[in-house]
Amino acid sequence: MAERYIVVGGGLAGLMTVIKLAEAGKQVDVFSIVPVKRSHSVCAQGGINGAVNTKGEGDHPDIHLYDTIRGADFLVEQPPVKGMCYTAPAIIYLFDRMGVPFNRTSEGLLDFRRFGGTLHHRTAFSGASTGQQLLYALDEQVRRYESEGQVRKFEYWEYLSFVKDEQGACRGIVAVEMRNMEIQAFPADAVCLATGGPGIVYGRSTNSTINTGSANGRTYLDGAIYANAEFIQVHPTAIPGQDKHRLMSESARGEGGRVWVPRKKGDTRDPRSIPEAERWYFLEEKYPKYKNLVPRDVASREIVHVVRDLGMGVEGEEAVYLDVSHIPADVLDRKLGGIMEIYEKFVGVDPRHTPMKIFPAVHYSMGGLWVDYEADANNDMVKDSPRQQATNVPGLYAAGECDYAYHGANRLGANSLLSCIYAGMIAGPAMISYAKNAAPKKGDVPQGALQGAQKQWVARFESIYKMAGNENPYVIGRDMGELMQRVSTVVKHNRELDEGIQAIRGMKERWKNANVLDTGRTLNQSATYVNQLWNMLEIAELILAAGRKRDECRGSHYKPEFDLPQPKTKDPRQDPEWMEAWRKRNDNWLKFTMARWSPAGPQVSFEPIQSLSHPILKPEPRWYA
Amino acid sequence: MPPPILVRIERRDGPDAPKHWDEFSVPYTKNANVISVLMEVQRNPVTTAGKRVPPPVWDQACLEEVCGSCTMNVNGKVRQACSALIDRLEQPITLQPMKKFPLVRDLSVDRQKMFDALKRIRAWIPIDGTYDLGPGPRVAPEDQEINYVLSTCMTCGCCLEVCPQVSETTGFIGAAAISQARLYNNHPTGKMNASERLHALMLPGGVNDCGKAANCVKACPKGIPLTSSIAEMARETTAQALRDFLYRDERKGGSGPG
Repeated sequence: MAERYIVVGGGLAGLMTVIKLAEAGKQVDVFSIVPVKRSHSVCAQGGINGAVNTKGEGDHPDIHLYDTIRGADFLVEQPPVKGMCYTAPAIIYLFDRMGVPFNRTSEGLLDFRRFGGTLHHRTAFSGASTGQQLLYALDEQVRRYESEGQVRKFEYWEYLSFVKDEQGACRGIVAVEMRNMEIQAFPADAVCLATGGPGIVYGRSTNSTINTGSANGRTYLDGAIYANAEFIQVHPTAIPGQDKHRLMSESARGEGGRVWVPRKKGDTRDPRSIPEAERWYFLEEKYPKYKNLVPRDVASREIVHVVRDLGMGVEGEEAVYLDVSHIPADVLDRKLGGIMEIYEKFVGVDPRHTPMKIFPAVHYSMGGLWVDYEADANNDMVKDSPRQQATNVPGLYAAGECDYAYHGANRLGANSLLSCIYAGMIAGPAMISYAKNAAPKKGDVPQGALQGAQKQWVARFESIYKMAGNENPYVIGRDMGELMQRVSTVVKHNRELDEGIQAIRGMKERWKNANVLDTGRTLNQSATYVNQLWNMLEIAELILAAGRKRDECRGSHYKPEFDLPQPKTKDPRQDPEWMEAWRKRNDNWLKFTMARWSPAGPQVSFEPIQSLSHPILKPEPRWYA
Repeated sequence: MPPPILVRIERRDGPDAPKHWDEFSVPYTKNANVISVLMEVQRNPVTTAGKRVPPPVWDQACLEEVCGSCTMNVNGKVRQACSALIDRLEQPITLQPMKKFPLVRDLSVDRQKMFDALKRIRAWIPIDGTYDLGPGPRVAPEDQEINYVLSTCMTCGCCLEVCPQVSETTGFIGAAAISQARLYNNHPTGKMNASERLHALMLPGGVNDCGKAANCVKACPKGIPLTSSIAEMARETTAQALRDFLYRDERKGGSGPG
């Protein structure tokens, strides 16, 4: 039998992996719950980072690397981040060659804009729908391979689990065809999961409704290690909605947008009539260097503080102004058109003339499946090493938001499109190396293991179809989301996390009494949701349990009772007492949160960061003020 | 307290199953849209007649009008359900699946033919590998602006749904694919294979099947200038046909004497 490879997920990470495999002449099956062109990558708006240095600022991949590591508060293995930042310019050029309509300078070259957590113009962009444009480019390239017979697409198929052989290695997957509910097992020499993040565990977020995290949850249940689960990014600027919160890209601030509230509490005046002196630009005031472009965790905390602690939300609502009305409308249309339209369509107000009302919303998971890497003595990634992007399950890889590897405690804006593509670029060759050297004999996929796994899933779905209890699964899902929003977003407290864990366990009991609502065998979305919901509850419990264990503040994970005191000097490095406290904190907590599933709940341990023994950038206080 | 939201959904368990309507009533909320109403129905799938029914089935993903998934007929007009705000809709709101595509179930249809059309017109830049070959060609900001708009096509199918030339039995490729051919032909590298795409558009079901009803451009949620794209591709295919005739000896190729 010829070598076969499986990629699960058709977003940027998945399709990049597919292309790398197909380009090497391999046969690839790609599975996706939606036509791949509709994957969540389309929602990324602002751009993709790469230190191309076209603005005379002396930008360099090293500076990109340092910004990313600092943004992550050092909770990353540094070599993969180095690999990513050094490859970034070539990635942008590659997509340029694929025909992505990036914005241009007057002489037809790529234009770059600013984003959070950096002082450089480093972000290439295509209007304000860069993710959509990058995904379409890969979708087109994959369609080309599909028309040449090298790639088979399985769209409307949902991954259920990987197939394990007797040695515990991954030898394929089981998936359900959602339109006729048929369950099949597929053999593979190596499998890559590129199944995105778990935003829907939070109910309403900026994520697509397909981002359930179910594939990750199931894979963790089946023995994969999940790392840094507690690090969930809350994006500072989104439009609150009934069905989802819609992202207002950081690029709005990158292009000069300003965040403010009226200085007078409860001011009911039209924002346009409030004079400059009566507006409080609180980010600019507190962070004179980065101003509105502080990293996302910092901005979200400040906004929540202003609204909830100081009670200064605009018009008494949970909202602050994001103001681009001072920027000429034609510039806004050219550089931010997509998000101007979103605000107009969904709120009914023209943001070119009236400040937008926004509030932080759950956006991205820095944590995910733990993956390995291999680097040389210079901290350079070893080309084609089978260890790149490999989970702890032999033959199972992970890439994209579903891995934990690139963003540590906080992701910088416009680094996610980059990390998805880079991870896909190295995952493909790693899978080939694995199949060539380390894999069990090619083509010798044990039929027993495949059939056994398939039968097990048929039985599980048969039992789901029979669920006739009195709990509506969608109600359990809503309750889970509301709970997670309340106890595990911008500010966390141990007491609430403990209550949350108990509440999730209660929901698991309710799940057992769920009603499937629909017993049909055509596109039975309720049945697939019941299956997903269990996996989501597992991820929810893990996020809370990991957060409960980490008694410190780092990036997006903020527990005020464990915060370091304010330093006595403007530069914290000149306050020896503070530095001592900071060092002590790192000794205890600058470690990965590693979790394995057990029937009694997540088994969480803290493991050292390997590359800190010979780091590229030594840990230093993360200080943006 | 505003009255509850009334929604009527056209339902079918499959392409061969009988059609019926279910009506649901959900409590009014500010900023509700068709999706948030459908989500509320999922949490309590009981009709106004008091009958417990399976929750309605529909496609969705991004909910911000960039993925194209949730396209359906809302009050008889094809659009994305996510951006259909309740406060701007007449009630009872009627929801129906798109009619120009094979039905899967309830509001979900199979739009595979649109993706197949992209294959037919070779909608890609044939890059020579993903290796580091430096930057792509320079592009004038003016061309970028045109291409960006063309490239926001999310293959939602609104243009096909409103087109009198499109039906389950006719083979017209539709405005979306024709406009994508224009996009690639307007790119400095894509231009090199322009004739392949034009030849695809010259086949039966291609650009000449357009009946010039111009419904497509009005239905496009992204404001893509579809009629301009069709006009330009019609012109280009005519020019291509002429070139094919004039240079027919070159196209045959020839290995020369001997």
